[in-house]
Amino acid sequence: MAKPDFEIPKLDGPVKTPPIKKGASAHMSIYPAKEQMMTTMGFPAHRVDNWREAAIAKLGELKEKYKSLNVFLDICVKCGACADKCHYFLGTGDPNNMPVARQELLRKVYRKNFTVGGKLFGSMANAEDLDEDVLKEWVTYFHQCSQCRRCSVFCPFGIDTAEFSMAAREIMDSIGVGHKYSVEIIGKVNETGNNLGIPKPALIGTLEFLEEDVKETTGVDVRFPLDEQGADVLMIVPSADFFSAPHVDSLVGYAKVFHAAGVSFTFSSHASEFANFGMFIGNYDQMRKIATRIADAARELKVKRIVVGECGHAWRVAYNFWNTLAGPFEFLDPKHPMPMHICEFTNNLIKQGALKLDKSANDEFTVTYHDSCNVARASRMGDDPGGQFEIPREILRAVCNKYVEMPDSVNREKTYCCGGGGGLLTDELMELRVKGAAPKAAALKEMIDKKGVNMMAMICAICKAQFTKVLPYYDIPMEAVGGVHQFVSNAIQLGDK
Amino acid sequence: MSLLFVVLSYAAVAVFFCGMTYKLWGYAITPSPLKIPTTPQPTTLGGVIKRNIIEVTTFASLFKGNRWTWLGGYAFHVILLFVVVRHIRLFINPVPPLLAEIQPYALLVAMLLPLPLLYLLVRRISVDRYAYISSTADHFALLLLIFIGLSGVTLKFLSHSDMVNIKEFLLGLVMLCPVDIPAHPVFLIHFSLVLALAYYFPFSKMLHAGGVFFSPTRTQVENVREMRHINPWAK
Repeated sequence: MAKPDFEIPKLDGPVKTPPIKKGASAHMSIYPAKEQMMTTMGFPAHRVDNWREAAIAKLGELKEKYKSLNVFLDICVKCGACADKCHYFLGTGDPNNMPVARQELLRKVYRKNFTVGGKLFGSMANAEDLDEDVLKEWVTYFHQCSQCRRCSVFCPFGIDTAEFSMAAREIMDSIGVGHKYSVEIIGKVNETGNNLGIPKPALIGTLEFLEEDVKETTGVDVRFPLDEQGADVLMIVPSADFFSAPHVDSLVGYAKVFHAAGVSFTFSSHASEFANFGMFIGNYDQMRKIATRIADAARELKVKRIVVGECGHAWRVAYNFWNTLAGPFEFLDPKHPMPMHICEFTNNLIKQGALKLDKSANDEFTVTYHDSCNVARASRMGDDPGGQFEIPREILRAVCNKYVEMPDSVNREKTYCCGGGGGLLTDELMELRVKGAAPKAAALKEMIDKKGVNMMAMICAICKAQFTKVLPYYDIPMEAVGGVHQFVSNAIQLGDK
Repeated sequence: MSLLFVVLSYAAVAVFFCGMTYKLWGYAITPSPLKIPTTPQPTTLGGVIKRNIIEVTTFASLFKGNRWTWLGGYAFHVILLFVVVRHIRLFINPVPPLLAEIQPYALLVAMLLPLPLLYLLVRRISVDRYAYISSTADHFALLLLIFIGLSGVTLKFLSHSDMVNIKEFLLGLVMLCPVDIPAHPVFLIHFSLVLALAYYFPFSKMLHAGGVFFSPTRTQVENVREMRHINPWAK
């Protein structure tokens, strides 16, 4: 870890609301997308000449297409309930990171161009035309929103800032102002089937290595099949699960669960990626394209069902959007939910007593659980609302002897984002990521100091990548981060069933 | 002068109702391409209706978010309800006995209207976060309501007006046979401010009054597994 050239927030107890510091995170900005990547996506390569008019026209178009935006642009009363709820505001103190202020960056342009009050009274109504400075604010602050929806929980009207940052990014892309990280990743997923750009031979190599590795440690032939026609289950995972630590330990866990259940599964090289960055940039067509390729893979491999791995935003897209984007999935077995989360799959087996588990295998860990934002506030698992909170916890309690809860103020629907979600998991935003992680890191630090916690489990690839990278800034070892199925993997007893 | 007020009154009613209908109808017909409820969210329509009734009668989310803001905001809205109910008697004849009976009690609550508004204004100015997000429009909305409240209280307690004449004027408006407006200065101020509020309402953040019922994060049923959601504009 390089020595940072910024101040690391001090963690002593739960984070407090900071005094506002104007411009505190104005310097944290993104790299622009390369021309060729923008063109591949169908966006203008450069900022277009009539960018102001084009942006306003796009805003008008989105307002007609999205009820959320159309309503949210009008009804905020600026009560401020959201003001101290954003992890980036708590970490930086920059007032533009207060959700309401972030929304106002778009709303002021809306007022100037679309409302009577804004046209008549200008700045008195906080109405402003889109100019160089405002565009710069958009680029900066709409890339300081991880679309975690925490603000919307506390809003009396449920206004969701994610809808604003998605719309703003869509507008910016449409005038040729793109973010390198997201645009490149979408380019890779379209080209290679996954966000990391892993070619098929490398994927085969990894899966073969994992088979050998599991054989060596357990003595059991656990399979990691790729592109096997006629398997029961198409398993879709975040591509980090193939290559990154600690992600890969959960991948091993999924394979062991399928093995123990006697359910055949396959990965797909065409759709080796669960993530869908189309959502982060608010682009419906890209989001649909990425989702459709998964439906195509499922058809082609003639599977009966789709199960998905540990990834937060992708679970939101899969659970809430897939059927709309790429459905209907009438070719799948209707007995199973489409899609099913691996946690639902595993927990069902545990409840049926179909897995042999040795909890003591995890005795070196005192585990707590981090609710990932998109799972917590934008999806469900199981039959009842809130199942997305309880099912991963039930699994952890079933596979670990020592499990403890985080405080309510940072848990379940009130969980804080890891600081790297929403397409911000990129190096140029490291200062933002470190500061944005402060609220959750502070809670974890307390758990470590007071409860002896040495492991925070989670079910999101971005959370895992972000925390392993930023927790060391807070003197918390990166080894304190793990996936839920890594503990399933440790505890599960194969072979003698 | 009476003619001016009569014209302004009818115009206010027209602007308010047409404006609100135009905006709310616009919300209603805007498509929701995707399911975006903020979860956990009820999985049945009944559950969602119940959640929203609880939300608009208790401001539950605001309560979770900030108890002090909730206190001011909730108190204001409850008092406003009393104020509105109390005023119904001026627009109908005869007055139902129940409405007449509750007048003195409702008055005890209604007269407090300026207090939570002043509290909200002070809070908006003095807390750095709220000062940052507040524009003239936000102060204007509070001040307008404060002056409506103060002029109303003045009319009731300090500068007694002839309620019979006022009711005659308002009933005249309702019955579409307008009579002269009482030339009581405080009443004229009070009435003008209320007209201003009606004009302002559909063009301002006060739209939240109807808009809240169109917020997709709160009003969508969380039932994607049971029912495929269709995007009407997907090609």
